[in-house]
Amino acid sequence: MSIPVDPTPEALALGASHPDAEALGLAETPAQQLWRTFRKDRLAMLGLYVLVALVIVALLGNLLTGWWVVFDPATVRLPDKLLPPLSHASSALSKDLRPPFEAYPFGTDELGRSVFARMLQGSFVSLSVGIVAVSISLGIGVTVGGLAGFYGQRKIGPFSVDTLLMRFTDVVLCFPTFFLILTVVALLPPSIYNIMIVIGITSWMSTARFVRAEFLALREQDFVTAAKALGLPEWRIIFRHMIPNALAPVLVSATINVAHAILTESALSFLGFGVRPPYATWGNILADGRSYIFDAPWLFLIPGAAILLVVLSFNLVGEGLRDALNPKLRKRAG
Amino acid sequence: MWRFLVRTIAQRLLLLLVISIVSHTVIHLAPGQPTEVDAMNPMMKAEDIARIRQSFHLDDPIYLQYLNWMKDLGTGELKSFRDGLPVVPKIWGRFLNSLPLFLCTTLIVWTASFPIGIQAALKRGSRYDRGTTFVAYTLISIPGFFLSYLLILWVVRTFHLPVIGLQTFGTEGANGAVRVMDRVWHLVIPSLMAALTGIAVLSRYVRAQMLEVLGQDYVRTARAKGLAEEHVVYGHALRNALLPFVTMFGLLLPGLISGSVIFEQIFAWPGLGLLGYESILARDFPMILTLNFMAAALTLFGILLSDILYALVDPRIRLQ
Amino acid sequence: MSEAAEPLLSIRELRVEFATDAGPVPAVRGIDLQITAGETVALVGESGSGKSVTAMSVMRLTEGQIAAGSIHFQGRDLASVPEAELRSIRGGQIGMIFQEPMTSLNPVFTIGRQIEEVLVLHQRLSGRAARAQALELLQRVGIPAPERRLTQYPHELSGGMKQRVMLAIAIACRPRLLIADEPTTALDVTIQAQIMELLRSLQREFGMAVLLITHDLGVVAHFAERVLVMYAGKIVEQGSVRDVFKRASHPYTQALLAALPDPLKPAKRLEAIPGRVPSPSLLPRGCAFCARCAYAFEPCPDRQPPLYPVGDAHSAACFLRQP
Repeated sequence: MSIPVDPTPEALALGASHPDAEALGLAETPAQQLWRTFRKDRLAMLGLYVLVALVIVALLGNLLTGWWVVFDPATVRLPDKLLPPLSHASSALSKDLRPPFEAYPFGTDELGRSVFARMLQGSFVSLSVGIVAVSISLGIGVTVGGLAGFYGQRKIGPFSVDTLLMRFTDVVLCFPTFFLILTVVALLPPSIYNIMIVIGITSWMSTARFVRAEFLALREQDFVTAAKALGLPEWRIIFRHMIPNALAPVLVSATINVAHAILTESALSFLGFGVRPPYATWGNILADGRSYIFDAPWLFLIPGAAILLVVLSFNLVGEGLRDALNPKLRKRAG
Repeated sequence: MWRFLVRTIAQRLLLLLVISIVSHTVIHLAPGQPTEVDAMNPMMKAEDIARIRQSFHLDDPIYLQYLNWMKDLGTGELKSFRDGLPVVPKIWGRFLNSLPLFLCTTLIVWTASFPIGIQAALKRGSRYDRGTTFVAYTLISIPGFFLSYLLILWVVRTFHLPVIGLQTFGTEGANGAVRVMDRVWHLVIPSLMAALTGIAVLSRYVRAQMLEVLGQDYVRTARAKGLAEEHVVYGHALRNALLPFVTMFGLLLPGLISGSVIFEQIFAWPGLGLLGYESILARDFPMILTLNFMAAALTLFGILLSDILYALVDPRIRLQ
Repeated sequence: MSEAAEPLLSIRELRVEFATDAGPVPAVRGIDLQITAGETVALVGESGSGKSVTAMSVMRLTEGQIAAGSIHFQGRDLASVPEAELRSIRGGQIGMIFQEPMTSLNPVFTIGRQIEEVLVLHQRLSGRAARAQALELLQRVGIPAPERRLTQYPHELSGGMKQRVMLAIAIACRPRLLIADEPTTALDVTIQAQIMELLRSLQREFGMAVLLITHDLGVVAHFAERVLVMYAGKIVEQGSVRDVFKRASHPYTQALLAALPDPLKPAKRLEAIPGRVPSPSLLPRGCAFCARCAYAFEPCPDRQPPLYPVGDAHSAACFLRQP
């Protein structure tokens, strides 16, 4: 039955969150609703813009420093060493060593290498370390949490699946994460893949907990019972029906974990166990710059500020997502 | 309640055993023989290396090594690879150094976070709240050593004061008051740095908890009774909001080892974190192993302590 | 009908709004309500009608803002008195009990402490006197073994008992007015009856006026003297319980009464009211019930009807009743 009404301007502004949205033709999918709520958080949007810019920079950086070399991070130019940002290349430089535009936007380091070029190269590596590590941790976390949540009541021997998996999670949680990473990374042959893997396998625990909690709640809901009553196979219920619903906290967790992974990588580099050359990451540029704090502070400040900016953006986006996904925080209309 | 406690303790002890086994396995799986470090030294002959390997049981199968380790640890006989000195007294010595830093940091974090978090919750949406939120996020996002170095830079340049180490070089001969002041001064900056991230994280959590509690029905009841707003907030709401933090107290313990590696490195503070770092560099297996194990054990005790505190403090659990 | 006595509580043209992302949303759109001393008045409506908001606004306990109107209680306008005075009235002169007894008591304080708090605050009793008084109150509200209960915590009590404790707290200081916001909605049916009976006996003993908020017409029929029916933030009908039930004059009231299942005619179809309550942010220009009304006619969609008298102290807000 249609309701003859004059929607107030406020109601139109509320749009699809309105209870009568379908009658007004303003309904939207949960994803659109999420986006709309997220958009209202200005800090989170700022973080998102920065991240999008970062991805572009990282991809471009990888391109411009690795494949079609415009900014060469490896060129050593001793006459031009330790120049502050925005300085020009000196005339003593031979032609093939000259930087593009004859300038160093971020200055040079102790070997005359362009900090800008190194930062460009490092952006791709730092970002991929974060993303790969978190992908690994997500994979493990979702599996463990999902199994514990869904099959929790089944027993293997005297223990239930849930108990076994959760005790296992507890054991891993007990270990001092950073110390453990340090130990493993120091004892293994240095390689970027090892670092990614180690960070990944030490940060899945909170994801597992969230997923398990969501699955436990979802399992009781009617749509799962309905799916079972229709005779759908279990794996299908898990993957097509439950996991999409459980994604919300996982997404938040993932974003914040990437931030954490980038910080961890930089801490490892600081201690000398990070990614080794030829890869440059912002972490090891920062660590190298440590010796020149007094004389050439930009070598330290620039990568530090970059890490701060990126990590902050991830955190802001993660928190924004969390607020947007939390129904309790949305204001009620009356 | 006692049954609950006994059962919990038993579970934790079992977990401790599992952790020790896992620690041991992980360390021994890592490639890189401890004697490789010394193998570079041309003065070490093959027989010496063999002797080291034998005295540290490195040729035995892994489970025997585990049992030996446990036995040596228990009897205090466990010796470090680096210099053959017993592991436990070394750890104890460094622990005494780490302790004041840890206590000072914890004190700062916990006394500062609550007022900040509570005020942010009460003034939700205000400029204070948004300001502290932004600062908190920034602090969480800064690499710890970055901020520390910036601060060191500033302090040294502006005040020309030393900040590294336990005490200023050359003050050993000075009288008691000067030495105490010097040590306190050296303690303040590192604990402040280490505390900043802690405050950022904890105050956010305090704020979230307060907000949740303030929305509860019993807070509305308290207001309906005619109680003054301060009484409602600090008497009724806070008492409930604090419950989870009492349990967090126990979980602070592991911070003794793991939290401090970076900061001890920066400030050259000879504590447990630095010990761990040096041991890793030197591939000193017994030390690394013991430290890892102790850190995990500390976490476990921390969890146990939290469980006990929670049972004591929450009447809903206490009276089961 | 009480006419000569000065009303204890007099609400005039009350408007309450909630702030949302899309501007202020009115939950209560101008209502008048009077209660005289000792009277039991029921405020009836569906969820979302604004009745709970009205009740909470009396003591300014709601998150919404009082945008207009006055709430006169014993000569003072509660909508504008300073905090300090309001606090002395809360719990002292006006008591309130809420819908959810399970969560309305503080889980970390004992029952005794929560009752004594009110006594110490408003009557300045000493600790021991307060404890004795609390014991008496627990007895009065029908809690068995009250000495034990004083040192127990809320989670050790059942829902019904918790609601009795809430009553004890609310009446501890002999308030002139008790506001009961859906006191039995969350309880089992048999407990409901007990609590309502307790409420009635307490009212008789203390001579309190009661403002009862409910959506249950059965409770209204048994316990209230007068009733006001609310819909979409406005009063649509008011009068004595007898008049309103026997001679319902607003289509909404009629529909509500018709929707009650009749135990004497089991085969009759349940008459639901078609359509839905309009959301407060999407209110029509005219009568809010118009879209669902079987009798809607020409003026209804464009103008909001005022309350027209249809009997002795009985009025309905419907153009059908326009003289």
